[in-house]
Amino acid sequence: MAKSISPRAVLGLLLALALLALPPVALSLGEPFYIGLASRMLVFALAAMSLDLILGYGGLVCFGHAAFLGVGAYVVGILGHHAAEQTLLFGILPGTTSGWVTWPLAMLCAGFMAFLIGLVSVRTQGLYFIMITLAFAQMAYFFFVTLKGYGGDDGLSLSQRSTFSDLVSLRDKTTFYYVALAMAVLVGGGLVKVTRSRFGMVLRGIKENERRMLHIGIPTFRYKVAAFTLAGAVAGLAGALLANQTNFVSPAMMHWTRSGELIVMVILGGMGSLLGPAAGAVVFLTLEEVLSAYTEHWQIILGPLLILVVYFARQGLYGMLPRGGRADR
Amino acid sequence: MGIFLFAEQVLNGLQLGTMLFLMASGLTLVFGIMNLVNLAHGSFYMMGAYFAATLFKLTGSLVLAAAGAFVGVLVLGMALEIAILHSFYRRDHLDQVLATFGMILFFNELVRMVWGPQAYFLALPEALNGSVELIPGAPYPVYRLIVIVVGLIVALGLYLLISRSRIGMLIRAGASNRTMIEALGVNIRVLFTVVFGLGAALAGLAGTMAGPLLAVQVGMGDSILITTLVVIVIGGIGSVRGAFLASLLVGLSDTFGRMLLPASLAEMTIYILMAVILYRRPQGLFPAHG
Repeated sequence: MAKSISPRAVLGLLLALALLALPPVALSLGEPFYIGLASRMLVFALAAMSLDLILGYGGLVCFGHAAFLGVGAYVVGILGHHAAEQTLLFGILPGTTSGWVTWPLAMLCAGFMAFLIGLVSVRTQGLYFIMITLAFAQMAYFFFVTLKGYGGDDGLSLSQRSTFSDLVSLRDKTTFYYVALAMAVLVGGGLVKVTRSRFGMVLRGIKENERRMLHIGIPTFRYKVAAFTLAGAVAGLAGALLANQTNFVSPAMMHWTRSGELIVMVILGGMGSLLGPAAGAVVFLTLEEVLSAYTEHWQIILGPLLILVVYFARQGLYGMLPRGGRADR
Repeated sequence: MGIFLFAEQVLNGLQLGTMLFLMASGLTLVFGIMNLVNLAHGSFYMMGAYFAATLFKLTGSLVLAAAGAFVGVLVLGMALEIAILHSFYRRDHLDQVLATFGMILFFNELVRMVWGPQAYFLALPEALNGSVELIPGAPYPVYRLIVIVVGLIVALGLYLLISRSRIGMLIRAGASNRTMIEALGVNIRVLFTVVFGLGAALAGLAGTMAGPLLAVQVGMGDSILITTLVVIVIGGIGSVRGAFLASLLVGLSDTFGRMLLPASLAEMTIYILMAVILYRRPQGLFPAHG
């Protein structure tokens, strides 16, 4: 039976091969720099996917997503700081650099924060929702700016990357890359599962017509809060990874323009497809890299480019791919 | 707290409030009538400040600089509306947020290229640099008083324009039913362009007036944009009256928050205020459309 293979499937396979082969290829070319860049892309891909869950599937335009990233990063940063200084957090908790503790804790903290913010925010709609999430992110931003004990505005350097007993050492670039890749694939895959589950269907239903969902007996409020919490937790994980990638945390990670950039990644890639926003993150960071090598005033090109993309490519990059023989969605 | 300090802080709050109103009125009108979320509104504020700083350097006259900046930003705003933004009126808010976010990046970088990354400081002429004693024994800077007066005059002018003039009538009609007013033969395109340009020019005026108070620098529009968004959300998006009251509310709470609260809370005052208000009234204090 001649069954046409979806171009997206072919693309996915090629992508997987390229991702696995990247570090050895980069090393053999004598360009280890690209391993770091690619790790950064994977981290932002994860963050963009978490935003896509609520933005693309739930229709919740969160303009404060960078705050969850920042909180996750600060969990790693603050615990690492106490471990290095041999002091106690809140006077009782010892610091640690163990990723077994800090990474889940980063997810937990970011998720809990998202839960609280979600409780208040999802009551509002449209532009009000955009603005209230922005307001909460600003609060988090200023909270960390005034946290002088942890560097305040200047941020906090990590004395070492997270440790995982003696299993893997994140100090090695290549190892860190594969850990980031594993996280992006595992958690990203988990998100895909979520969107295809009943939960994901409800979420899409809410985006299409919330009133109808409400009237067929679905407690939409709880679904929205749950999705928001999950997205926050995943962003927290991305934040923990980001802290390790840059060895540095600072309030600048939570600046509202960072949240704006995350939305750009999602839209650029094509919202509501998870893979699209991940690609959007890669394209965005590539653009940043290429343009900033070309001129230090690269944002003067990026800005108009963004307007053009919004104007012409409404479905994002993912929507521009030809569809395969079968319906993808 | 002494009565003098209290009075001074009230005036400071009013000064911030009227400044915010200059920003918020344009933003909320553009949203209310054209249904456009314009994040680039902060860029108009910045461009106003830079135009004024340059003109002031060339002419040495603050009045000329302010007038020139007003006209300059008016033209800039109308040009942007005609060239780009009018095609985004019927798009959803997300597209608008992104496109105007792109404009912020563009303008910030443009200013950095043309004027350089260093900050400018506008010196006030002697006449405006002094203080007056409104209450005997409590001197207050003249310039800040002028800012308050200008803000109040603009507020009154806008009120008269919107509720008493023919253009205002068309604006209100356009806000409540765009299709109907088009069908009645009003050239809505021109009306939109004018309203957009006027809103931009008011933001430019706010930037001009902020020049002598704050540093004129790249990205100066970004932080006030966020505060302005807080204002219009609290006031109810689209409502000029709501924007006026919310501006004063935000100006006063921010000023008193900074004086009375510990540093970590002070910066957050207005955001907490907004979160509480939206929790109680998800449409803001004065929802424009029922």
